[in-house]
Amino acid sequence: MRNSPYTRMLGLISGVVMSFIAAIGMVENFNKRVLIEPFVTMGYVVVLAVPVLIGILAARGKPSPLEEPARDTGPNLASGLVAGLIGGLITSVFVALVDTFDMTEFFPSMRPAMVEEMTFGFGVPAGLLVLIAVSGVAGALGGLIFAQSDAIRQGITQAVAWVLGVALFEAVVADIFEIDFLLDLIYAKNGGLQPWAAVIIGALAWWLSARYRGTAKQFAFTVRDSEPKSRIRRSLIGIAILAVIVLPLLLGGIVNELLINVSFFILMGLGLNIVVGYAGLLDLGYVAFFAVGAYGTGVLTSSFSPTINPGLSWWFALPIVMGLAALAGLLVGTPVLRMRGDYLAIVTLGFGEIVRILLLSDWLTPYFGGAQGVRQIPGIPVPFLGEVSGTRPELFIYLTMIFVFVAGYIAYRSQNSRVGRSWAAMREDEDVAEATGISTVQAKLLAFITGAIVASFAGALFAAKVGVIFTNSFKVLTSIIILVVVIVGGMGSIPGVAVGAFVLIGILGGPTSQGLLFEFAEYKLLIYGALLVFMMLKRPEGLWPSVRRSRELHGDELSQDAWLDKAGEFKEDDAEVAT
Amino acid sequence: MTSTATKLPPSGRRFRFNWVDGFLWFVRIAALITIVVGITGSVQNFMAGEGLSATQWRDLLISSTSTGLMYGMIALGYSMVYGVLGFINFAHGEVFMAGSMVGFIGATLLFDSGFWDSNPFAAVFIVLVISMITSTIVAVLVERIAYRPLRNAPRLIPLITSIGVSFFLQYAFAGLFGFSTRSYPPAPGALGEEIIIFGIPIQGTKLLVFVVAIASMIGLWYFVSRTKAGRAMRAVAEDKEIAGLMGIDVDKTIVLTFAVGGAMAGVAGLLWALLFRVVDNLMGFLPGLKAFTAAVLGGIGNLPGAMLGGVLLGLFEGVGPLLVLDGLGIPAVSQLKDAVAFAALFLVLIFRPSGLLGERLGSEDRA
Repeated sequence: MRNSPYTRMLGLISGVVMSFIAAIGMVENFNKRVLIEPFVTMGYVVVLAVPVLIGILAARGKPSPLEEPARDTGPNLASGLVAGLIGGLITSVFVALVDTFDMTEFFPSMRPAMVEEMTFGFGVPAGLLVLIAVSGVAGALGGLIFAQSDAIRQGITQAVAWVLGVALFEAVVADIFEIDFLLDLIYAKNGGLQPWAAVIIGALAWWLSARYRGTAKQFAFTVRDSEPKSRIRRSLIGIAILAVIVLPLLLGGIVNELLINVSFFILMGLGLNIVVGYAGLLDLGYVAFFAVGAYGTGVLTSSFSPTINPGLSWWFALPIVMGLAALAGLLVGTPVLRMRGDYLAIVTLGFGEIVRILLLSDWLTPYFGGAQGVRQIPGIPVPFLGEVSGTRPELFIYLTMIFVFVAGYIAYRSQNSRVGRSWAAMREDEDVAEATGISTVQAKLLAFITGAIVASFAGALFAAKVGVIFTNSFKVLTSIIILVVVIVGGMGSIPGVAVGAFVLIGILGGPTSQGLLFEFAEYKLLIYGALLVFMMLKRPEGLWPSVRRSRELHGDELSQDAWLDKAGEFKEDDAEVAT
Repeated sequence: MTSTATKLPPSGRRFRFNWVDGFLWFVRIAALITIVVGITGSVQNFMAGEGLSATQWRDLLISSTSTGLMYGMIALGYSMVYGVLGFINFAHGEVFMAGSMVGFIGATLLFDSGFWDSNPFAAVFIVLVISMITSTIVAVLVERIAYRPLRNAPRLIPLITSIGVSFFLQYAFAGLFGFSTRSYPPAPGALGEEIIIFGIPIQGTKLLVFVVAIASMIGLWYFVSRTKAGRAMRAVAEDKEIAGLMGIDVDKTIVLTFAVGGAMAGVAGLLWALLFRVVDNLMGFLPGLKAFTAAVLGGIGNLPGAMLGGVLLGLFEGVGPLLVLDGLGIPAVSQLKDAVAFAALFLVLIFRPSGLLGERLGSEDRA
């Protein structure tokens, strides 16, 4: 058992996290969902994932740049076990406290049902021991996993990921593969995989990963090293486009609906990516441009909007809305030209709120309907297909895709253009950029305007899709969620935005929409917050980083003042060298 | 701040019109005209006997000032952290909320036991201690877990992290306490009654806000300017590295800064709950933003400035809609309260970016 204090600290963290997960009612709520018949439920998976991960960390020991962590079954297992036991002990103390004192008046989730779930149904004295034991075993399992060779760990990860994926996304799997007899075979009646199906899927995933890991890696390298316009890249892009065109036809309504929501966030993410990722201007009121797009479209196309109701067709309204958004971008952008960093963030946030408050106020109700919103917004007229709106998601998805491609193209082309390079220069150092002859005024305004226009696409589509718009969809929350999408995906990276939107909006759900894991609805914002902090601390370049960004963030790791490492330690070293 | 100020005029001595400056001047003049026209209209209304009566105006002033004092107390935390670490701790509003929410447990328990009404001052003091301790712990934990590893990160990264922390805390408290709004016990004893001072009736809780805010401001002033720890704090704010070389424990001082800021937020949390009598998990967001506005208004990094900014912001948002917007003939102006507060921030940054009491900052410091 190396690093005993470190192990104990990890145990403490594990205990606190497990208690917290129990205290907010996650275990109880999630246990309604069975993942693998009969007793692997989502709540237990979530709460026991903690000691497993902690066990892995405990086995690795305190990260040190000097020595490789030792992979040795005995000590690794022991470290994991100790951390798991400490975590279980703390959690069981917490559960015992909840059982003794009635705190439901203040903490509605800390009720007997929670104790029941946490003690695995064995009641307080006996169940607590079970809890400690299970947590210890989970920790030991983590240690054991750590002790394995790379190939085995890879296999385990793949198997667990696949089994959990197939179990969690039962609805999607059922939606895509409408082969009823097979589905009935692998899924139990009231949800959850059959145990034997889980074993088969896990084994299959393991075998596939062992068999084809090298091949996949080889292929990835080939693609990476290929020329930009080589045959392999072109055919990959072709396959991707074909998949995107064909897939919505195969999918059911629910998944298409979800994809539409995701693509709204991809659109807005692409726009915000230009402002934040390329130009480095942190805009927290980005949703205001989305609101301009949505309200502009609503007022221009709906013949029921209060005062102004030209009743234009969506396609005629679109250029006007784009113009309005560009104007809004200019109006917001100009006064904040000389503000940097955090000031810019707060002022743009204020702008976003002002827009929402004004739209909601009695003053502007005669124009925008106030709390009533703008109603009866018609869909998008398409030749031969009639009016396409949210009621026909399988057609609407194609319209949103077109705009996603347009926005993606704008982002892609501007990235390496003259403007894009001046954005990058400005992001790195404004004064130097100006000194090299870049007009920062022009560059900033262009970033704001481009971002605003892209957001107005999303707004216009959103208005046509939902038919009724309220100020509810345009809160600060939405701005921040778009920011989280961009950051989790990878600032400055176009595929990153798509990945971020799929992971967050598709799986967890957006500000007003549900994701695939609708059980998470109550906790999704909590997870968003935690994820944002985690990403900033551990992976600031995002899930799919842009090449430039990751070089910026990790390139200097070799030098002494790497901020990602423990800055204090390096400083002390410096001080010693200086003396 | 202004890059044009440092730019030398071209040798041709031609007057060069910069359209951004032109636009900013246009905004400044338009804002001034709007404010003057609005106030004139309101004064005319008042003379004609419409709108609020003189007593109502006075009560409005008192309640706006007490709200403003609370903004000021939260703003102190923003200002101190900004002074020391140079970033906006977005999660500070949630530190305030945490104090209020946990204080709510204490207050309710005391209320149920009857102690709340039998010993009003002792009870409020106990809850004050609970709120302060909670807020301090939350602030220090947030610093330790989220901000310390990012000490030397690029500037936007701690800001984005603090947004994440803010979200996390909001919904962690929602998870623990539920999403519903809870009602705080009514202010006990004399605090719940109207007290007449200098012939002006003032609600006991508001008087408490005045007293506590002024007392804690004096305490904080003494701490920062007269104690050794306060001096260390100022030194760290000036230059972290040099302060470290002078034998100051920089990490400890930063923790102390968060702790003191958190304690002030905790005090504000109790006062807010006593005055408005509702607590929920989102209660920290708007006051937090406004407190930041107040800090900027007074000059960020300047502690008396934060308090002054808070009071002014409270007045702007309380009196402003009725004084300026009502005079312009806009209906239901009280709905626009928050918009006025944000507009005030914007105008401050346009008119005097360094704030009222702030020193002129170089463009590097302002970034």
